[in-house]
Amino acid sequence: MIKGLFVTDPLSRAFAALADPTRRDLVARLAADGDATVGELAAPYDVSVQAVSKHLKVLEDAGLVSRTRDAQRRPVHLEAEVFDLMTAWIERYRREAEERFGRLDEVLAAMVSTSSTTESSGSTTEGAGSTTEGAGSTTESSGSTTEIREGEAS
Amino acid sequence: MSRTTTNQTRIEADPDLPVIRIVREFDAPPERVFRAWTDPELFVQWIGPRSIDTTIERWDARTGGEWRYTGSRDDFSMGFWGSFHEVRPSERLVQTFSFDGAPDGVSLETMTFEPLEGGRCRITGVSVVESLEIRDRILASGMDVGVNEGYEKLDELLARDA
Repeated sequence: MIKGLFVTDPLSRAFAALADPTRRDLVARLAADGDATVGELAAPYDVSVQAVSKHLKVLEDAGLVSRTRDAQRRPVHLEAEVFDLMTAWIERYRREAEERFGRLDEVLAAMVSTSSTTESSGSTTEGAGSTTEGAGSTTESSGSTTEIREGEAS
Repeated sequence: MSRTTTNQTRIEADPDLPVIRIVREFDAPPERVFRAWTDPELFVQWIGPRSIDTTIERWDARTGGEWRYTGSRDDFSMGFWGSFHEVRPSERLVQTFSFDGAPDGVSLETMTFEPLEGGRCRITGVSVVESLEIRDRILASGMDVGVNEGYEKLDELLARDA
């Protein structure tokens, strides 16, 4: 599930950049009000322009904002596409959970037809070699177990 | 007429706390869902992806008990372990969760089972980790698994069944 915990890819950097409340606030304001200069962004805060600049640098390195190269104003621009990508990424996590719960649905459905025989089985195991072998057959029969489940529920 | 495919998983990441909330409904009463969660023979059938063999090494699903299992595929294996902090049948399950990849990391997982009408139930899981940074990395890890597990194949399979 979390084998990729320590990869330092662009998207992880984006998530990490947003772990700071000031940076999240900066992003929220850019999203609401559009492009703004560092000075404009720093105005409401009780910190120096330099400190806000530092936060913006982190956001920039993470690809969340960009600075236009022309003119002295150099307004900060929010990169909306990166946020779409982040949403997509959380959606991957959600789908992974969904897959797991889909398997649980099948186990629950199968339990209805076998509940009389497994009801007494204990929940304490020492070194038992239970494996997921045979899970595939549960999938294939899910159509019929669905009917059994619905019949039982009524 | 309820079909299992209508039970969508909801994920919420709190903006200010290192927490992941997960909510899902099941077409089964809390007793049965709780049993699928605590009976090791049932648990191994759904916890891991189909391509991974899950082997339970320790499993004492009582308050104060411990658990450990290994997931393996080909030459790769990963151990997961923790304690059963509280086992309140059909209502509440509190566990700690650690894994070989980050042995100093620990997540506190609280699962509540709430009965719904028609013999159904809603589970709400709350995972608390050490920092927002770690939480976000966990959320981001979905991509890695997705690629490894070949979601494309799964998509094909699902499309064929539809």
